[in-house]
Amino acid sequence: MASLLIEKLTKRFGASLAVDGLDLSVRQGELVALLGPSGCGKTTTLRMVAGFLPPTSGRVMFDHEDVTSLPAYRRSTGMVFQSYALFPHMTAAQNVGFGLEMRGLGTAERQARIEEALKLVRLSHLASRLPRELSGGQQQRVALARALVINPKLFLLDEPLSNLDAKLRAEVRIEIRALQQRLGLTTLLVTHDREEALTMADRLVVMEGGRVRQIGPPRELYDEPQDAFVADFVGRCNILSGRRENETHFRTESGLLLAVDIGPGESKNATAFALRPERIVIAPGTQGEVHGAVKAVTYLGPQTEYHVRIDQETFVVVRQTPGAHEPLAMLRLEDIVSLQWDRKAPRLVQQTSS
Amino acid sequence: MSVRLTGRPFLGRGLMRAAVALAYLVAFAPVFMIVVTSFFSQQIVSFPPAGLTWHWYVNAWEKPEFLRGLVMSLQVALLASAVGVPIGTAAALAIVRGEFWGRNAISTFLLAPLAVPGVVAGSGLYMFYVLAEDVLDRDIKATTQGLVAAHVLLAIPWTVRLVVASLQGLDRSAEEAAANLGAGPLTVFLRITLPMMRPGIVAAAMFSFIQSFENLDISLLLVGPGRITLPVAMLNYLQFRIDPTLAAVATVQILLVGVLMAVTDRFVRLSRVV
Repeated sequence: MASLLIEKLTKRFGASLAVDGLDLSVRQGELVALLGPSGCGKTTTLRMVAGFLPPTSGRVMFDHEDVTSLPAYRRSTGMVFQSYALFPHMTAAQNVGFGLEMRGLGTAERQARIEEALKLVRLSHLASRLPRELSGGQQQRVALARALVINPKLFLLDEPLSNLDAKLRAEVRIEIRALQQRLGLTTLLVTHDREEALTMADRLVVMEGGRVRQIGPPRELYDEPQDAFVADFVGRCNILSGRRENETHFRTESGLLLAVDIGPGESKNATAFALRPERIVIAPGTQGEVHGAVKAVTYLGPQTEYHVRIDQETFVVVRQTPGAHEPLAMLRLEDIVSLQWDRKAPRLVQQTSS
Repeated sequence: MSVRLTGRPFLGRGLMRAAVALAYLVAFAPVFMIVVTSFFSQQIVSFPPAGLTWHWYVNAWEKPEFLRGLVMSLQVALLASAVGVPIGTAAALAIVRGEFWGRNAISTFLLAPLAVPGVVAGSGLYMFYVLAEDVLDRDIKATTQGLVAAHVLLAIPWTVRLVVASLQGLDRSAEEAAANLGAGPLTVFLRITLPMMRPGIVAAAMFSFIQSFENLDISLLLVGPGRITLPVAMLNYLQFRIDPTLAAVATVQILLVGVLMAVTDRFVRLSRVV
């Protein structure tokens, strides 16, 4: 396994910049997820790393070796495609063996490694099936085995779970992560699913418009987003525009005063107040600084979500989780409620146009 | 499961079924009539048949022009497909995968023979062959090569159409996956692209073969003595006599094409390609 270093990588398609001067490093054995809305440049970046697209400028390096001008078939990366991209006319075993054959391995060794790889993904019993005779989840595992059997320098995952149903997706996510950690695979994962990114990645890269918005461990991006885009993209978030009133309060555009304890690293010129729905405590009554009326109640199973109107322009989403011992106090539409939060819970960030 | 086609399901479904039945009837009636009349014992076809007989099949077998025509037609159809399908496939690849100016024009041009009436194409080729013979100082018209070359023109548009369709539906990420696993461009083409194109190519070969095998109008002016194709031999026979011998020959022809389609369908599901 190698490490990956991307320097000032840029890709221009005609007039549009798909990737704009991207810098990124992935340490050996680390899983880094590129997360962003479609068109943010994450897939283009992955395709440049794999060698399917020539960059307009910038460098891609595996273990300090510049591979920017190497064609895909000389890069030794193992990629899992969104569509799995299995060879439809070859059996599972032949699919897995293809990369070994390209490396000129003898039949005996090839056979042994195919068996080992299929065992790794628990598909030994289906080795002689054609792709169309396998379920989506099984095809996905063949694709995984095919990418891993060649001992790639880099493991590349292009939205590998998006074609699986929700339950299977959660299982495979854990399975891939366990495999990646056990084998110490240097991995670049592209996804638009924040849950996938949060649960699988060692570090997360939130991209937008071909640029990096923020890089960091999932917890950091979730709890300490640097701007409103990141705050909103990695999870549900109340974002209210305004400005800092003083050391302890933020004033929204509609004039509401919101309690906040400004932490280190938060800009004094922040233009938005970001607060996660689950950090707000909701209770009937009008005690406290902020109160409003319940306008929508959505039961989500483990949580209940309330939309609370505070003034003409301000709606706040609150998520309440029942405690282990006490059930939730059920609130009804039009109930008057007060909202409270720990002063350290909100983040003051830069508002973004989106 | 019932599908409601209109607000009045019974009437709607009834009409639909009637229309489908009518379409099948119109499509199969001539074929059915030919097969049936080939067993009628009287010389001039009339209802009801005076009796049933194998006689016309024996008669056809004993006429050397039909057997020779069949062999000739099979030969020409095989050769024309063998030449036309690779050319058409290469053209389809260039049209779908290439990036060059005039791709659409080439695509239209290659499909054009489908739009030209066969007699016009045949006469045009005849005149072209006459000119070419002068220039090259060798026989072209009335030779097998000349006929095969003309039939290649039937194979190319069908091949281009079918292979272009199969290429457009092809998942290119499988080719990328092969490159990712270390396969160079030529290996990717031979080991991945070509096998994935197989259904389109097989269907193209079958249609090219049938188009050539059944062709009358283009061949009419280009056949030579001793090199008569089966459809032309049938027309020649018709000029002097009219009896169920032709129906017998046609039945054999239909049978051959039917077997060919059934065999092809075992390799590739035709309904999915065409």
